[in-house]
Amino acid sequence: MIRKEAEKIFETRELNVNMGPQHPATHGVLRLVLDIDGETIVKVTPYVGYLHRGIEKLGESLSYFQALPLTDRMDYVSAMSNNIGYCVAVEKLFGIEAPERAKFIRTIVGEMSRIANHLLWLATHALDIGAMTVFLYCFREREWILDLYEMICGARLTVTYPRVGGVRNDVPQEFLDSLWKFTEEFPSRILEYETLIDQNRIWLLRTKGIGVISAEEAVSWGMTGPTLRGSGVPYDIRKHMPYDAYDKVEFEVPIGTEGDTYDRYRCRMLEMRQSNKIIRQCIEKLPTGPVMADEPKFTLQPKDMMMPITHPTKEMAYFIDEKKCKGCGMCLRACPAKAIFGEKKKPHKIDQALCLQCATCFVTCKFKAMKIIPGGKGLSDEKLAELAAAPVPEEITKAAEYLVRQFEFVKKGPRAPEGELYVATEVPKGELGFYFVSDGSGKPYRMRLRAPSFIHAGCLPRLCIGHLVADVIAAIGTIDIVLGECDR
Amino acid sequence: MDISNIIDQQTLDALIKFGINLLIIILKIAVVLGIGLLHVAYATYFERKVIGHMQVRLGPMRVGPHGLLQPIADGLKLFFKEDIIPEKADKPVFYLGPVIFMAAAMVNLSVIPFSSHFVIANINVGLLFIFAMAGMGVYGIFISGWASNSKYAFIGGLRSSAQVISYEIAMGLSLVGVMIMSGSLNLTDIVRAQEESIYGMFAIPQIVGFVVFTIAAVAETNRTPFDMPEAESELVAGYFTEYSGFRFALFFLGEYIAMFIMASMATVCFLGGWTLPWYIKVIPFINYVPGIVWFLMKVYAFIFFYYWIRATVPRYRYDQLMGIGWKILIPVALANILITGLVKILL
Repeated sequence: MIRKEAEKIFETRELNVNMGPQHPATHGVLRLVLDIDGETIVKVTPYVGYLHRGIEKLGESLSYFQALPLTDRMDYVSAMSNNIGYCVAVEKLFGIEAPERAKFIRTIVGEMSRIANHLLWLATHALDIGAMTVFLYCFREREWILDLYEMICGARLTVTYPRVGGVRNDVPQEFLDSLWKFTEEFPSRILEYETLIDQNRIWLLRTKGIGVISAEEAVSWGMTGPTLRGSGVPYDIRKHMPYDAYDKVEFEVPIGTEGDTYDRYRCRMLEMRQSNKIIRQCIEKLPTGPVMADEPKFTLQPKDMMMPITHPTKEMAYFIDEKKCKGCGMCLRACPAKAIFGEKKKPHKIDQALCLQCATCFVTCKFKAMKIIPGGKGLSDEKLAELAAAPVPEEITKAAEYLVRQFEFVKKGPRAPEGELYVATEVPKGELGFYFVSDGSGKPYRMRLRAPSFIHAGCLPRLCIGHLVADVIAAIGTIDIVLGECDR
Repeated sequence: MDISNIIDQQTLDALIKFGINLLIIILKIAVVLGIGLLHVAYATYFERKVIGHMQVRLGPMRVGPHGLLQPIADGLKLFFKEDIIPEKADKPVFYLGPVIFMAAAMVNLSVIPFSSHFVIANINVGLLFIFAMAGMGVYGIFISGWASNSKYAFIGGLRSSAQVISYEIAMGLSLVGVMIMSGSLNLTDIVRAQEESIYGMFAIPQIVGFVVFTIAAVAETNRTPFDMPEAESELVAGYFTEYSGFRFALFFLGEYIAMFIMASMATVCFLGGWTLPWYIKVIPFINYVPGIVWFLMKVYAFIFFYYWIRATVPRYRYDQLMGIGWKILIPVALANILITGLVKILL
């Protein structure tokens, strides 16, 4: 009896600590439930899904190129690589190929995103371990890269610059000049970060021998990217299944030996240097030519053909031909400004004061009752009817035809051939895979993403158990996860 | 009515003398407290500026010219913030924690000799008093960690008490050399002893003790790389996770005053306090500079060193920190005592 009481009093239990989803060091909304015995980790349970936005499901209800901006929102730290991964996969599905110049540009921006990602990783990893200054040094260079992004596409984070079949627009010369200057300076900047931490006694103590994982185990846990290469497995998709221009440039795949946090850190530091090398080679070899594949069935064509109608300086009036209008109400429902009125089965009318000249009614009308009258803005209805009788200039007719085609294409999306396809690309965090099941329609039947962050988050218990609380932070840092990608 | 009818002249004299003394002491306290609080305000500004420039940025720039009014804005903000108390906190203890912490830090200001004649309480165990009060500060940390009823705060409190206690030993031992050399525990006497010695300051003969003291002082005040108790990447904010508003400001105040105390201790015990070594005094006209200037310069140089470390190095892990304390600093400090003692006996 007394013994039982005593056992009850002296019973020891692990302390159950909830780390996250709001925590300064879990890189987003990762939640870890830790069981700690003193300071030693006994059990780790990662919980994910706090940032789930249903990107896979959304992809099924959008056409192939409408889903592209969703990939920005996955790994928002290196959106460019995600875009490229998606584009490469969809291009394979369509069976089209981007032009050479677009491939080189994509390689350049992809490697820029790798540098930007590794800089952010180093910044936060070092900050988690307590080295504050590295953080700001890294952001100085990352800022430069983001400015360069802004130069080519106007966005800094969610770029959507690569497109299915190429890239959105050609790069300006100032961009290449500034990037060249960056590649010249960047190696010395890497040395700057390394002076602060590379041989620092505390850094070595905190990273060497922490979160060790052997090559076999790393493979069987499904690790990829620098996280796997730190354990000494030279697996890199850029080398083994080259896409874009990776088969035309020379680079090495740095690997580690021990498989600990320090080796993974070294791998990423060396990778930044290799990326720098790749960018330099690409700029040197950059061929001339178009940046968009000439595949009107699968890719969006340049918009300048529609300019006679859509250019902001052009003033158009839309007019409904009363003879042709059947009063079906299609345009009435489609009009975003609610400028069209009329009863059913009777010719409709456009209120010119409300009309936005968006041409939605024009492409919606199935009976060709809609007429575009150049320079007709602000005229009375009688005058418009008079003008409408005159023949439309050929330039406008052509542009209108093109407008309708573009509209249809955007609305319905390119038809993919039936079948299944898995395409993987090497994003900074590891292997990003896109798996499509296509039923021949304009939308994927199923879009599945293999997100490296998700798989790496699953390895956390393996890396943390037996270490101390502070090492959990180092382990979260070393696998380099972004919860936007993990939860999708 | 004549006052001498009630109490005799002698008692009256004594009373007046006591009154004047009391007045002087209160004045001194007011001055030191005022300077202490102002120091905290501008030490934060100094820190942000120093670290800012080390990290290729500017630091505060918005409030006032070069952000000079930033500390005042911060203080006002903290003062008017909502004071949130966790529902399940142990309230009386929760209230008491920051008060103990800050009081224990502030009371040390009374024994620091700022200049040859400016010390509030010139007691003969000044050094021990500071140790005792630093020990009291741990209670503030520990009970606030306990009373918050939060696991993070609890772990922070536990870590902190273990850390402060072990580093206190190393710090105490590192100062024994100074005690042996000066033969006193009175801080003013320690400074005088340095002035008279041929080295001019104890940092030269006691270099080992000085290094141990510096490391232990960083750990004692919970600063990087030993800021385990409040390691923000692990424990959110450690023992004061649940504190907000002005209670949080009290911890902040206490931490910065503790830093000032540690820097003053280093100045008084190793760097010669307000005095200058004789080999610098030979420079003409330098004797006209008041001693407090030298004292503050040394203190702020030491505080600058704190900031410098913070901007440079990562954080130790808890077990590594304890390892350094017990396996390196304490044996080194003991060896230092042994050698100092032997030298003292033999010479």
